[in-house]
Amino acid sequence: MFKIVSAEFLAPEVKRFEIEAPKIAAKRKAGQFVIVRISAHGERIPLTIADSSVERGTITIIVQGIGKTTREINEHKTGDFFMDVVGPLGLPSHIENFGTAVSIGGGVGTAIAFPTAKALKEAGNHTISIIGGKSKEYVILEKELREICDEVYPTTDDGSYGYHGFVTGKLKDIIESGTKVDFVLAIGPIPMMKAVAEVTRPYGIKTVVSLNPVMVDGTGMCGGCRAVVGGQTVFVCVDGPEFDAHEVDFTLLMKRNNTYRSEEKSALDKHVCNIDKQFAEAINN
Amino acid sequence: MAELTKKERMQIPRQPMPEQAPNSRNKNFTEVNLGFTEELAKLEAERCLQCPKPKCIEGCPVGVQIKDFIKLVADGDYLAAASKIKENNVLPAVCGRVCPQEEQCEAKCVTGLKGESVAIGRLERFVADYERTTTGIRQAEIKTKTGKKVAIIGSGPAGLSCAGELVQLGHTVTVFEALHDIGGVLIYGIPEFRLPKEIVKAEVDALEALGVEFKTNSVIGFTDTIDELMTVEGYDAVFIGVGAGLPYFMNLPGENYNGVYSANEFLTRVNLMKAYKFPEYDTPVFDVKGKNVAVFGGGNTAMDAVRTSKRLGAANARIIYRRSEVEMPARIEEVHHAKEEGIEFVMLTNPLEFLGDEAGWLHGVKLKRWSLANLMLLEEEDPLRYPVQSMLCQSTWQLLQLVTAQIQSLKRQHPISTSINGVISRLKKPQ
Repeated sequence: MFKIVSAEFLAPEVKRFEIEAPKIAAKRKAGQFVIVRISAHGERIPLTIADSSVERGTITIIVQGIGKTTREINEHKTGDFFMDVVGPLGLPSHIENFGTAVSIGGGVGTAIAFPTAKALKEAGNHTISIIGGKSKEYVILEKELREICDEVYPTTDDGSYGYHGFVTGKLKDIIESGTKVDFVLAIGPIPMMKAVAEVTRPYGIKTVVSLNPVMVDGTGMCGGCRAVVGGQTVFVCVDGPEFDAHEVDFTLLMKRNNTYRSEEKSALDKHVCNIDKQFAEAINN
Repeated sequence: MAELTKKERMQIPRQPMPEQAPNSRNKNFTEVNLGFTEELAKLEAERCLQCPKPKCIEGCPVGVQIKDFIKLVADGDYLAAASKIKENNVLPAVCGRVCPQEEQCEAKCVTGLKGESVAIGRLERFVADYERTTTGIRQAEIKTKTGKKVAIIGSGPAGLSCAGELVQLGHTVTVFEALHDIGGVLIYGIPEFRLPKEIVKAEVDALEALGVEFKTNSVIGFTDTIDELMTVEGYDAVFIGVGAGLPYFMNLPGENYNGVYSANEFLTRVNLMKAYKFPEYDTPVFDVKGKNVAVFGGGNTAMDAVRTSKRLGAANARIIYRRSEVEMPARIEEVHHAKEEGIEFVMLTNPLEFLGDEAGWLHGVKLKRWSLANLMLLEEEDPLRYPVQSMLCQSTWQLLQLVTAQIQSLKRQHPISTSINGVISRLKKPQ
């Protein structure tokens, strides 16, 4: 059992957990992930390690409640326990001093990009962060990123905060303003990562994305998380999760992520239904 | 009762295993084989000729004293028989169910030369089940503590056997498992209907009672390294029993369509994650109800996958194998059970390409027919076969699983080597 030392919402449905996991905290590097399971009936959910503290023996994960399990994870509070946390899994991010590095996070992707941005800064890069959200309340980790980055640009789809538009618009502005960008890391929804790849491709800027396929064991044993990169089938859990954005077949990734859409929807509907029922019962009592 | 003569023993037919009827068991996940009754076990044990120089033991990888335990069964002393087996094998209930006896002990049994060999596996299972359900699994003796610490990587059959042996020799044993539960392939690979998970749990619990420590969620190479185990954590020896079961795709066009699974993924979802009980359990698996399923391969994993598909409601569940039935590596019992359950066998056929729709869902497969070749004449990659025609499956096959040769590719998963003193690796031969 893994104790939750602190839990707080950063945005609607987006919750940050600090979990006691000293071995993982000591080992993990930027870009790696853990798999979390919350009950004997639960799924195995891969989540990127956003941060860690060796002194406290803790790791931080940031979870967006989308399906049944991620919403159930987000019902956990400080002092509660996760049944299983395993890791650190996957290959660490490739970090070097590229020169100027732009880290782009879309929604909860910002949490995944955060540790790599931090590592890029520590490696000596001039680090720029672009953090996107639907609206102001969905822009997360701005304060934390300002502490570690040289420049931080929030963007919102509705213009309620920062740059009005998508992260790609801001990225284009930066490139076209004459800043020599040497490296781009983009993590977020698949369409966003695909769009970023298309922005940087004509400029030949090295661009890396972190993929989020369906996974089961996370150790290369099942092959459920396979993706195609540069025409080759890869297992994201052991060959990634980070890959060259210009080589990734995003269309295939999107299609494969639809495999269990109807099952996910029925499970979520049932879950929401149960919560409504509990809520109604609580009110009636 | 007078002692039976050799001739009389030879005249007793091999006793059939009581089992669930094919037409009901192919709709449920409870165990197919029901196990011998005492009467059947005794009768079967009487078939053993008690050879002065028994060959059967030579066929057993762990050297179970087969002749002696069978004599004890014939005498009706089942608990003593259990103790006898456990002198050499800590997992008798598992091995009695899933060992390939016909290639091992039973292959060597002399009664098999003229008739059918003694059903050693069924007797082993009976004895183990008898002990577990009557007295409970009784603890083996533990030798004086040696003060040595051994780390075992992987909690599959190799790791569990090694743990049992070493703990009895007086060593302190810790088993590290990457998944959240103990048993390795016994719990993620082999289905409930062939090896109930409570049987595995009982044998694991017995090891725990002997003092074996189990650590789940420990991916050695990531969570800890072998170097750290030996230097920081003070282990004197490390045993690597991580299996060889990584999926090896065939690099065919279309193999990433939704619906194309490795057997490992399909079986892990159904067995370890209990997807056959979705939504009671949260992990889903492709809904095969009323659909056509093709499983490529002819080993035990292929049989497990195809029989699982049938139980999940597939309209047609087929084995498609590149060679002919005699070359299939699966246990004879599994092939026999699969056929009884309505599994179709398509031999001498290979997939060439998977076909799918715009949205990325599999709907067919292009196959190639082969014929067996004269071994002396052809030196191809697979000299057993040569092509006769290509064919396209007319029916719509929505789901496929790839069950292919399992490879040793430890390197892919763990940057470990075995050039360290005290580190023993146990890898399966590729099939």
